Amino acid sequence: MVRKSIEKFYLCLIMLFLYAPILTLIVFSFNDSKSRAKWGGFTLKWYQTMLHDPVISKAIYYTLIIALLASVVSTIIGTLAAIGIHVMKRKTKSVILNITYLPVLNADIVTGISFLLFFIAIGLKLGFTSMLIAHITFNIPYVILSILPKLSSLNKHTYEAALDLGAHPMEAVRKVIIPEIMPNIITGFLLAFTLSLDDFVISYFTTGRGVTNLSITIYTMTRRGIKPEINAVSTVLFIAILVLLLIINKRSDRQTKKLGGVNV
Amino acid sequence: MNRKWLASPYLLWMILFIVVPLLMILYYAFTSRDAEGTRFTMAHLIKSFDSIYMKALGKSLLYAVVSTAICLLLAYPLALILAKHDNGGSTMIFIFILPMWMNFLLRTYAWLSLLETNNGLVNTVLRAFHLPVLDIIGTKYAIVLGMVYNFLPFMVLPIYNTLSKIDKSLMEAAYDLGANDMMRLLKVTLPLSMPGVMSGITMVFMPAVTSFVIPNLLGSGKVNLIGNMIEQQFIMTYDWGFGAALSFVLMVIILISMGILRRYDDMEGGAGIW
Repeated sequence: MVRKSIEKFYLCLIMLFLYAPILTLIVFSFNDSKSRAKWGGFTLKWYQTMLHDPVISKAIYYTLIIALLASVVSTIIGTLAAIGIHVMKRKTKSVILNITYLPVLNADIVTGISFLLFFIAIGLKLGFTSMLIAHITFNIPYVILSILPKLSSLNKHTYEAALDLGAHPMEAVRKVIIPEIMPNIITGFLLAFTLSLDDFVISYFTTGRGVTNLSITIYTMTRRGIKPEINAVSTVLFIAILVLLLIINKRSDRQTKKLGGVNV
Repeated sequence: MNRKWLASPYLLWMILFIVVPLLMILYYAFTSRDAEGTRFTMAHLIKSFDSIYMKALGKSLLYAVVSTAICLLLAYPLALILAKHDNGGSTMIFIFILPMWMNFLLRTYAWLSLLETNNGLVNTVLRAFHLPVLDIIGTKYAIVLGMVYNFLPFMVLPIYNTLSKIDKSLMEAAYDLGANDMMRLLKVTLPLSMPGVMSGITMVFMPAVTSFVIPNLLGSGKVNLIGNMIEQQFIMTYDWGFGAALSFVLMVIILISMGILRRYDDMEGGAGIW
């Protein structure tokens, strides 16, 4: 009994630690005063003005468009790569995978700087394109890593059966392999999307004049004081992502239940 | 057409945008450019070993070790408690991972308001209980707090994953053989959860060593870690060659520590990458 309540108390304490800053942000998005410490009454005005602020709305636009483009492109390249890498010889496979892991293992700041130096050396102007290339590059490994384990658990013979029945190899990939790994492709896509949405360090080093995402805007604002509209924007984003995650969770729950039913 | 060829767009992309940019760091670190052209030089690398940069590096390593240790001490009991719930565990772990989906700059910035010496919520609560107030913004304590706060979920998740996969019958066997709670924790649970602990340590230590945002925000720019030193070379002084050399040193340190951690992981039976 005592032990149970100590455990509960500990969980609550850690939860308080993790959620205190988030609650502060959410509460202050309704604060009718620009101060980040004093409460000035309830208001919804930051939610109304957030979309009229040119800096913030531009940042939201770039954040979403880059996250969307980067996750779509990296999902396509990554899925094809995973299918190809899966059937390679052991040695080639391990060399390629080790290089693939590099951006995952390396410090973001080093990856960001390597891009900065590279773009300057090839004479690409820093801005939208450079940031997009960087995002696609750091997303691809996560897509590959979400798909590879599933590929090795697939039944090899279904693919071979499709070939025996006269399917062209590409047709077999499209009609046999892709449908089987679809859940992992979607996981990889969502992972890439959220990573891209939240990235700061790599974007910070690869962007140029006039192109900023939300994280960079926030970082610039921390020197002069955060606009209250930003609190409103992040509250909306946080709730949107929460809903998205709950939907994904529900979906996978249903899938496990279905599978469980089949097994029984 | 062989399926292998499907990977070719990626291979091209990988060489162009992963391998070449990393080689650019080497190129900038070991060359100097002036009116006479580009020459090989060791000057940048030698400058990296100046005492101010070595001190910054030492401080980064120290804060990262302390933060990792605190994360481990907080996360292990948490993961243990969560893993005991058979069904509720996965929902509960979701609650502890969720904060990561709020922009990390904003979450870190929110600590500034929470910790403010006069009006901050933390000190208002402390005063209400007649406890001494905290005045830690701009100090190393605030930086460590920020690191623990930001990276704690990275420690909880892998430990929870290994703990929840431990076969329950092993615990029962240990109980039948007369082991008490403490012995079962030390002799059964702890050794079996080592792979999770190791990957948790990696996932906290690496970002902690290289962070420059947390010291900038919570350290009020008064504490310079190696990440800040690198950032300044590119954003303020534009000494790219030297910045590249510092990045190179940092990269070597990261790869060496990864190698050590992975080797340990391998001995525990996990499939390493190296």
